[in-house]
Amino acid sequence: MKRNHLYMALALAGLVAAPAFADTYAITGGTVYTLGSAGKIEHGTVIIKDGKITAVGADVAIPADAKRIDATGKMVTPGIIDPESVFGLDEVDAVYQTQDSSVTSTHFTASFDPTSGINPRSMVIPVNRVEGVTRAVIAPGNNSSILQGRGSVISLDGVQGYVLKDPVALFVTLGEAGQKTAGGARAAALMTLRESLQDAKDYAANRASYDKAARRAYTLSREDLEALQPAVKGEMPVVVQVDRASDIEAVMSLAAEFKLKLVVSGGAEAWVVADELAKAKVPVILNPTRDLPEAFESLGAEFQDAVKLQKAGVLIAFEVGDTHKSWNVRQYGGIAVSNGLPWLEAVKAMTVNPARIYGLDKGVGSLEAGKDADLVVWSGDPLELSSFADQVFIRGKAIPMIDRQRELRDRYLSYIKADASVLPPAYSGN
Amino acid sequence: MSLRQLSAVACSATVIALALPAFADSPASNSQPDYSSVSEFPPDPFPSTYHPLPSTPTLIRHVTIYTGTGAEIDDGDVLMKDGKVAAVGKSLDAGSGVTVIDGTGKYVTPGIIDIHSHLGVYPSPGVDALSDGNELTNPDTANVRAENSVWPQDPGFNTARAGGVTTLEILPGSGNLIGGRSVVLKNIPSVTTEGMKFPDAPYGLKMACGENPKRVYGSKGAFPSTLMGDVAGYRQAWADAQAYDYQWKAWEKDKKGPPPARDIKMETLAEVLNGRVRVQMHCYRANEMATMLDVAKEFHYHIAAFHHAVEAYKIPKLLAANGTCAAMWADWWGFKMEAWDGIRENIPMVDAGGACAMIHSDDQNGIQRLNQETAKAWAAGIRVGLNISEAHAVMWMTLNPAKALGIDSVTGSLENGKAADVVLWTGNPFSVYSHAEKVFLDGALVYDRDDPKLQPKSDFELGKLGVTGGAL
Repeated sequence: MKRNHLYMALALAGLVAAPAFADTYAITGGTVYTLGSAGKIEHGTVIIKDGKITAVGADVAIPADAKRIDATGKMVTPGIIDPESVFGLDEVDAVYQTQDSSVTSTHFTASFDPTSGINPRSMVIPVNRVEGVTRAVIAPGNNSSILQGRGSVISLDGVQGYVLKDPVALFVTLGEAGQKTAGGARAAALMTLRESLQDAKDYAANRASYDKAARRAYTLSREDLEALQPAVKGEMPVVVQVDRASDIEAVMSLAAEFKLKLVVSGGAEAWVVADELAKAKVPVILNPTRDLPEAFESLGAEFQDAVKLQKAGVLIAFEVGDTHKSWNVRQYGGIAVSNGLPWLEAVKAMTVNPARIYGLDKGVGSLEAGKDADLVVWSGDPLELSSFADQVFIRGKAIPMIDRQRELRDRYLSYIKADASVLPPAYSGN
Repeated sequence: MSLRQLSAVACSATVIALALPAFADSPASNSQPDYSSVSEFPPDPFPSTYHPLPSTPTLIRHVTIYTGTGAEIDDGDVLMKDGKVAAVGKSLDAGSGVTVIDGTGKYVTPGIIDIHSHLGVYPSPGVDALSDGNELTNPDTANVRAENSVWPQDPGFNTARAGGVTTLEILPGSGNLIGGRSVVLKNIPSVTTEGMKFPDAPYGLKMACGENPKRVYGSKGAFPSTLMGDVAGYRQAWADAQAYDYQWKAWEKDKKGPPPARDIKMETLAEVLNGRVRVQMHCYRANEMATMLDVAKEFHYHIAAFHHAVEAYKIPKLLAANGTCAAMWADWWGFKMEAWDGIRENIPMVDAGGACAMIHSDDQNGIQRLNQETAKAWAAGIRVGLNISEAHAVMWMTLNPAKALGIDSVTGSLENGKAADVVLWTGNPFSVYSHAEKVFLDGALVYDRDDPKLQPKSDFELGKLGVTGGAL
């Protein structure tokens, strides 16, 4: 059966182990922001072994075989986690042949999962990896349904075992985009979501009848009803794209009714309902640089969104909304800080908070013994424009700090500096 | 009738009076009309009504000054008087009646100039009814003017000003080979577009290379659908404009008989051929920029700047030899095939290669932080050993765009006699944590981060969440 094959393939992808070889590293002398209970450690040492962090502290024994990385005068943080990306799926945005993140389909809606189409050799990955982006949530898209599908979590370190969890969340679009696909009214979009959830529950309680065709018809296919199960059981986050305050309130009410694990994405006007979000423990994934009324659903967009949400106690994560430039989340975090967000909260919003939102924080997101060694040695303050990633580690591997952009740069840089008699740039080797 | 309609009528009446021969002066019906006031290039039909806001002489003291000419003055002073930069130096005398601002720990730069913006023509909110930037009905729309699409109530003008932008060029979009006239605006709140128009700034002509025009028309089964189609389209337009120009020049020798028929499209193109309008050309790839420089040679015009110029780092010497600037993003790449080779060192490499380099936004959000975009590009250059000072990099957002717009004699740097377009920054503008604290336009304080009364809101923003009373 097609469905079973699909599930098996996905399960296999998730089960493949991380690459076996890994060196032991000791990163010494840096200011370490653990984002865990140890807080900030001056002149700290981080030990990496077999892909994991084995020790973090100011006074840590360094194994004899460890390769030492001197981080004196530098900062060490967990790697950046992109909370909604299309890594490995969309190579060149306007070249449709390289676009695999979204579909225009009513056949697969909630069940659509783009993960099996990921190309881990995508050139977009190294460009971001060398800037400190180490892990990413893959978000699906569907132009014909408010149910966008299911996403996964991938590691950006290589071509094997990179799918770490699949599925990790269900994605839904409401607001203006949802209104459009649902036939032209916001209420219809909410009704579609409600009906889908009701049917998913009914289906789960009556599978045998359904298989005997002795159950009423559902709007969704069996695949989609199955895919909704972890969401209606409250086990899997449901990430809802929504900006307007009233739309957020409406979906919060629906989520409470069905006991969904709601995550708001977008949230331009989330600050208006910050206290309600905090009370209901609904996290918000947002771009903290939105301050223009770019749509009628985001008239209230303002720089204070992230600040007010964090102050109210809402768990926030930052996104750029452009996978090609995912690394700019550092600048966006800096902008949030310049508008009043505490510095550490901005760093959390791009590392440990996305891990918490997707339930990954037991394994990643902070620098603590036993966690995956995803971390970055920064030349300075990671939120500052002049800083850069000095060395990136993903699952304990020191990532080669090279990508296609840097190769292009070096080819033409030598040409700019040289006199005109040299061979054309195409002859430059790498 | 509204004031706006009234002024429009008054405006067109002026145009008619200037453009048509003065029949009333003809003594006899059979003698030739007086064509003396008729010319190939009539006066601007939409003249600027901009007036600087009231200002008081102001002295900013004890600041780090990046003059926009590449120089840095530590613990310096800037004196603004009568809308102009009156003095830049150290320990300047305040004199009487001068407002003194202590800028200790702060920085001053010239006002930021964005050479590539679609504010007003693609405003917020981005609804279809306000989408007026691309006249996609003909690949050559040299006859249209961006200023006739600008909605001055775009809230983006205000947020750009809060980011230190004092001057900006509004361009038509890039869906056409020849998109139409651009307009240079002073970033001042105004009910009319004329009220923002930069007095005497040359017009620009937006042209576009590459994927966009061939996609727009190719997808309709129309011309052009290829790059060679693109180039044939430009060349025919210039050839037609040459013929038009010859015809007018021939007539203007003695003005005998009726003048040639006026053609608004040809008129704009002929203005380019006569050096009155500056070509601002959207072009990504190195080979296409080189081709366009050849076309410019063939028809004897000059390309002021290539915009976007994602591959300019491959040809800085060619750009320098042609005196053509490159206006670039700090790090945009990968959003289409012609942007695949974007690198973050583009601006510093073009600069190091000897060409005129600058930052641009093309974006209602990016325009709010061109200082940060400049800083990112600068930092990328430093990392690969391009030893560029911050003071020099400030030119990328001030004097260099002023040069490409042809307004560098009046703005773009802090030099005596130039417009007092000045930004006081809370800290180093190359830091993500700094804000534009005070923005001066022609010496008038037009934005103050600490004074809500000097944070103008557009009509559209009234009543919305977070702004005023009515919203719950």
